[in-house]
Amino acid sequence: MSVAVSTQVAKTRRGRRTMIVLAVAWVALLLLLPLAAIVWTVAKAGLSSVAHTLTQPDVLHAFQLTAIITVITVLITGVFGVIVAWVLVRQRFRGRSLLNAIVDIPFALSPVTVGLAAVVLFGPGGWFAPFFAARGIQVIYALPAMILVTIFICIPFTIREIVPVLEEIGLDEEDASRTLGASVWHTFFKVTLPNIRWGLAYGIALTTARAIGEIGAVLIVSGLIQGKTETATLFIYRAYEERQTAEAYVVALVLAAVSVGLLIVIEVLRHRQEKERTRT
Amino acid sequence: MSSATQSIGGRSRLVGTPHRTVAVLRHIALRGAAFIYLGALVVLPVAAIITKGFGDGFATFSHAMAVPGAWAAIRLTLVTATVVAAINAVMGTTLAWVIVRYRFPGRRVLSTVVDLPLAIPTLVWGVMILVLYGPNSFLGKAFDALGVRVLFTPLAIVLALCTVTLPFVVRNVQPVLLELDDAEEEAAATLGATRRVTFRRVVFPAIRSAVIAGTLLTFSRCLGEIGSVILVSGNRTGHTLTAPVFIFSLTSQFRFAEAAAVATFLFAISFVLVLATSKLVKTREVSE
Amino acid sequence: MSTPIVVDGISKRFGSFDAVRDVTFTAPAGAITALLGPSGSGKSTVLRMIAGLEEPNDGRIFMGDEELTIKSVQERQVGFVFQHYALFRHMSVADNVAFGLRVRKESKQTRDGRVEELLDLVQLTPFAGRYPDQLSGGQRQRVALARALAPQPQVLLLDEPFGALDAKVRQDLRRWLDELHRELGVTSLLVTHDQEEALELANQIVVMHEGKVEQVGSPGEIYDEPATPFVAGFVGAANVLHGEVVDGHVHLGSIRIPGAAHLDEGAAAAAFVRPHDVVVTNDDDGTDAVIERVSSLGWLSRVALRLPGGETLVAHIPNDDLHGATEGSTVRVDLRNPKAFMAPERDDEDETASLVS
Repeated sequence: MSVAVSTQVAKTRRGRRTMIVLAVAWVALLLLLPLAAIVWTVAKAGLSSVAHTLTQPDVLHAFQLTAIITVITVLITGVFGVIVAWVLVRQRFRGRSLLNAIVDIPFALSPVTVGLAAVVLFGPGGWFAPFFAARGIQVIYALPAMILVTIFICIPFTIREIVPVLEEIGLDEEDASRTLGASVWHTFFKVTLPNIRWGLAYGIALTTARAIGEIGAVLIVSGLIQGKTETATLFIYRAYEERQTAEAYVVALVLAAVSVGLLIVIEVLRHRQEKERTRT
Repeated sequence: MSSATQSIGGRSRLVGTPHRTVAVLRHIALRGAAFIYLGALVVLPVAAIITKGFGDGFATFSHAMAVPGAWAAIRLTLVTATVVAAINAVMGTTLAWVIVRYRFPGRRVLSTVVDLPLAIPTLVWGVMILVLYGPNSFLGKAFDALGVRVLFTPLAIVLALCTVTLPFVVRNVQPVLLELDDAEEEAAATLGATRRVTFRRVVFPAIRSAVIAGTLLTFSRCLGEIGSVILVSGNRTGHTLTAPVFIFSLTSQFRFAEAAAVATFLFAISFVLVLATSKLVKTREVSE
Repeated sequence: MSTPIVVDGISKRFGSFDAVRDVTFTAPAGAITALLGPSGSGKSTVLRMIAGLEEPNDGRIFMGDEELTIKSVQERQVGFVFQHYALFRHMSVADNVAFGLRVRKESKQTRDGRVEELLDLVQLTPFAGRYPDQLSGGQRQRVALARALAPQPQVLLLDEPFGALDAKVRQDLRRWLDELHRELGVTSLLVTHDQEEALELANQIVVMHEGKVEQVGSPGEIYDEPATPFVAGFVGAANVLHGEVVDGHVHLGSIRIPGAAHLDEGAAAAAFVRPHDVVVTNDDDGTDAVIERVSSLGWLSRVALRLPGGETLVAHIPNDDLHGATEGSTVRVDLRNPKAFMAPERDDEDETASLVS
């Protein structure tokens, strides 16, 4: 393109190029280089090292624990997320804005604080400690506390994704469904739910990523009992602290790979959501 | 406008018919479920923290802050959060602009990559930074040769925080930019305004609240971030120990009340900022 | 299968706003009744209360002998057509139409047959597999109609069904709805703010204003014999002239307008005269008026006239009668079929002495 242009146009074009380069460089430096570094390091250590790590019982248990916590978290935040979103959008009552504000609290708290709260509630001398101790249920330094803190942290995701969708869709289709004789439940499952499915899916994807990556809160409530209350992230932490760097890197890379896969799913979902929004 | 809630408030003498009673009960049940869910899982823990930390006034808090390195930790956290928020405000807006306004090969890839910090665990980011700047990597060796220490310094903290908060401002600004009407900028151009002036006078006011919201989110996140920081900072008391890690160390020593006091303090800062900014954003939007 | 709808004294309040006040009327079986009024008149609210989508604060609604007000939306068996279609965006046209049948757990055979029948009725058979976002507005509304009719409701409720459509499409669908109704004979209630639509389609019109019923009658009655100033002003164009009642006439200046015998002597009154009722005459009874502006509308002209007292009138006069009269000239006019009412509150904007349409 060797068309003559004014200095101002040329300057604008240079400016544009600079901005693009700046943006790409920023992202490359902060995000891509670290990824490249760990891929390179693990690759250098060789496939056998990877295989060795991934067959260790501690590692397998850690992955399993992460999976269990994530699934339970997704289920609970999913179901209750839909309920809360529904109540926020479709009902009018005093205290609605309060409820709305409460939903955002988990985003304002450090995960460490969340873990601490669990200790205060369920730990030795805690508010609910006698209740659970009497029934012989171990909450803190065990799976239940880890699940609870992960749920706390993931609460806003589904709600914040579903609320705008519910608002945008409006009541008409639901009204139409009722005039055609459908019960409220039938209307919800056949009309409302399909309409919010992308928002819900997106929220679930975000929840999954967050639950897999949780470290701060579980660090406090798990007790770090190797082989029993160690999630994948906790394994990485402990392994690194104990200088088992090779294993830490392998597990870290596995988590990164899973997350990237999840991200691709998220992108596809978002793309479909956009497509649908522009279609209707 | 649900019919059942209307009739709850109205002077309807029709209450009592079976379907209406069921509807009312259902509404109450759903609302109750929502309140119990959020009450038990959100309000209760927050109440526990505040009570534990400030149950006996400021005594616990003073004890906690008397620990050597406590104030340094708070200071470090606030400073790094501010620096990272400022950097993110600029780079995030730049990224959003580039992604929305320009066409170039790899644009879609760039947009996807920006979301990586939302997906990859923060601890993993910390590990990756350790690997990238550690003694065994190309970059690490290069920095060593230059005599620049990256890891285990406040620089590492800023680096880690910038990484995990990268998407926040971008994702906030992007949709606003997408919705902007070209017509205003075109009008400005025909009136002789350069791109820079147009941005300052026409575009920025429109995206200002999105930038502020994203920056605030970044700041808030930095106040509480632990996963990416705990491995790369070295946690040296008084130098690279951040507030969240400090709170963690207190809990490891079973000093729960003191940890709760400091945690509440941090939460209060976050909370006040959120309130102030949402009010700021609201008054701006009202006057626009 | 046609039943009348009886609305008896229903009211609805939203917060401190009275949307519907003590509304009573009957929609005859098998007829189209239009609820006509400006926006905010409460007509949509009345329709939604009949459907059960809103609860009245007072009053009752009957379908034939059954009281509807105690029934849930689902139980009422009403077909409802929304202004913005409200098609289920994730279902095909066929699935949309079949929805009400599926709810009733009809067999697949019955469902498919009925869907085919209805799509044929609304002339959309080739679109069965399409999705709402692939259809035009007019097509979507036809699907909505088919969907509402599928479960064979006793009553069809239409809430400004053509409001979101282009003028041409609106015309076409209006005609088409008329034919459909002739064929099916379902009791129908149509909410509209378009008086042309109401006059054209309805067998009976209920005129509403600010939550109240102004008049119930046939289109002819509403047009020719408006019962209130609002109806006179809202339905059809009308000139409004204000004067005083003297001896059964409305006096303003030297003009005497008959038809005020039912009003109190000496009262302030408003007389409504339609533009086409302002005719050129040679009678001595007529009034001289000065032509201010003439716009030809084809075979007739829209003429702005000024009366001796300064009041303005708009007349629709056949060009032949004008005899080439132009601006500035004087013509003698007679005001036919005036409707006189007690003067309404002066704070209404449409009560100034000018053309009201």
